[in-house]
Amino acid sequence: MSGLTCLTVWLLLLLLAMARRDRIADILAAPTLPPGDMIALGSLAFFLLANWAWPLFDLTAGRSRRARESGISQWSLAMRQFRRNRMAIAGLIVMILLYAITLLTPLIAPFDPSVQGDIVATRYLAPSAENPMGTDRFGRDILSRTLYGARISLSIGFIAMAIGVGLGTLIGAVAGYFGGIIDSALMRFTDMMLAFPRLILLIVIIALFEPSIFLVVVVLGLTGWMGIARIVRSEVLSLREREFVQAARALGMSDLRIIVRHVVPNTLAPVIVFATLLIGNTILVEAGLSFLGLGVQPPTPSWGNMISEGRDALLTAWWVATFPGLAIVFTVVAFNLLGDGLRDALDPRLRT
Amino acid sequence: MLSFLGRRLLGAIPLVLGILTLIFFIMHLAPGDPTTRYSDPSISPEVIEQMRVNLGLDQPLPIQYFRWMTSFLRGDFGYSFGQMRPIAEILPEVLWNTLQLTLVSLVIIFGLGMLIGIYQAVRQYSAGDNVLTFVALFFYSMPAFWFALMLILIFALRASQGDWVIQFPASQMTSLDYDLMSIGEKIRDRIMHLILPATALGVGSAAGVARYMRGSMLEVIRQDYIRTARAKGLSEGRVVFHHALRNALLPIITLMGLTLPYLFGGSVLVETIFAWPGMGRLIVDAVFQRDYPLVMAASFVITVMVILGNLLADALYAVADPRIRVRQDG
Repeated sequence: MSGLTCLTVWLLLLLLAMARRDRIADILAAPTLPPGDMIALGSLAFFLLANWAWPLFDLTAGRSRRARESGISQWSLAMRQFRRNRMAIAGLIVMILLYAITLLTPLIAPFDPSVQGDIVATRYLAPSAENPMGTDRFGRDILSRTLYGARISLSIGFIAMAIGVGLGTLIGAVAGYFGGIIDSALMRFTDMMLAFPRLILLIVIIALFEPSIFLVVVVLGLTGWMGIARIVRSEVLSLREREFVQAARALGMSDLRIIVRHVVPNTLAPVIVFATLLIGNTILVEAGLSFLGLGVQPPTPSWGNMISEGRDALLTAWWVATFPGLAIVFTVVAFNLLGDGLRDALDPRLRT
Repeated sequence: MLSFLGRRLLGAIPLVLGILTLIFFIMHLAPGDPTTRYSDPSISPEVIEQMRVNLGLDQPLPIQYFRWMTSFLRGDFGYSFGQMRPIAEILPEVLWNTLQLTLVSLVIIFGLGMLIGIYQAVRQYSAGDNVLTFVALFFYSMPAFWFALMLILIFALRASQGDWVIQFPASQMTSLDYDLMSIGEKIRDRIMHLILPATALGVGSAAGVARYMRGSMLEVIRQDYIRTARAKGLSEGRVVFHHALRNALLPIITLMGLTLPYLFGGSVLVETIFAWPGMGRLIVDAVFQRDYPLVMAASFVITVMVILGNLLADALYAVADPRIRVRQDG
């Protein structure tokens, strides 16, 4: 990060803090702090400090970092490749921005997402200066709800991705490393999960149990590991024949230690690429589930259930369904751009 | 070729049984059963208990599983708890409705996707290529159900409001006065009802196909035999569509097998939005009603469709690539 970007970001954050100073005062004056507000204030303070810490770190560590970057390790080569890809950098910036928004939502959103106001006077207001994206059936501000929805959707995407990647890496590594009957059993199971439409499996599971955010996250994670498992397995199959793994085995290391310390780290590059694309995909699936009423339950805003609410008044109030959908498209485009860029940088075999 | 397909078909049987077993146990281990929706203070617990006995739900789980499996293996899907009709009566009609939708979508996905991908590869880095790459990324990242709503908003609701030349119906498979129409009008009516849902279902995947097609075409078009074909003086169209396309098609055929589960999943949302009486809606309704036999039967049909689609992709692969036919070990 160059000095100018650093300064701009810092000024923007300061501006946000100044603009919302009465909101911050309200939060500090409140007798009990809701966790969301606390996280927002904490992250604002952290960002303001970290923004200065980074250039200082950059000054001291800059020289050795530059030395590393001019090296020819896999990661420094990938780094150089990635920096040249403008679309991927744009995707990365949008992703950082989105996650910053999820942390700072209570400070950024102009209104409380669940405050209904005077329903008769403020329902279905068209987009205006006061409500840039209009209001919904209960007179709630769509912009604020979309921002709060970002928090839900991105958190679900991230956690479900983490579960899926963890499980997929485990299954893939075990299958590839041990081979034989373990491999064929695990891969048969993977094929089975791949042959059945994921969305229908999700619907069957969630509709049978009580839908809740926790259940949605866990089930999304438990049904999203198959791609990772296949990639990791194919990588491990070739890695386990390599000299350094044989050397580790000759030194008498346990299988667990070889897998965790020597095999899995070498499969990281394709896993990172796939994980980025998986977050985008998970956000799409979660929106579909919430649209069917099986994901996040109202009144908690999520992009999927906001679109579902907008469906009832498509003609009289097009803005209710349109803006959350645009938010999904914007987010998923960013993740796809980032994933493509990472793939070009990390996995030259797949470059087109 | 036939023995290869036969062997693949046999190999798919444990897969199908595995999926069905998984769904059976998830469904039966979940709280609630088909009689839950009758639980009401005015109905005595004895009646509910009798209903459970009638449906065979009082038996231990392994026995229920065994019973279901034996009747399933004899080809009997049983009765739907929710609709009180034999399932064999419900399924064919619903399956045909979904197939209409998915087949038209498949044509859109692969027809449109391949054409765009070929165009992009031939004109690499032109303005058209760059614009199409970005548009494809946009559609690829779009939730199909939101796209469906936007299509309805613009081409059905606004169009009828503004009395546009092109108007599409917003839901159902046929118009209200369908029975009164002549044959020609009936066909036109059905096609008009198909266009919006099939587009909503297909465009996202078409964008994906275009991306792959562009990549694989670019790889092929750089090869020496293409230069030879051009040097012989063949027309550009013949070089692209006759010499390059056949090799570039191979990864696309694999993609076809992978698209099917995604398509059936997406059809749940699209069918819900367009009130299309197909498999997706059937299975969702059946799950909500805890209609165990219907969920199992629908899952079976969907799995079989996916596996047949994959087999078809394998067969097409062998047609497109003669090298596959030599080694038939699969």
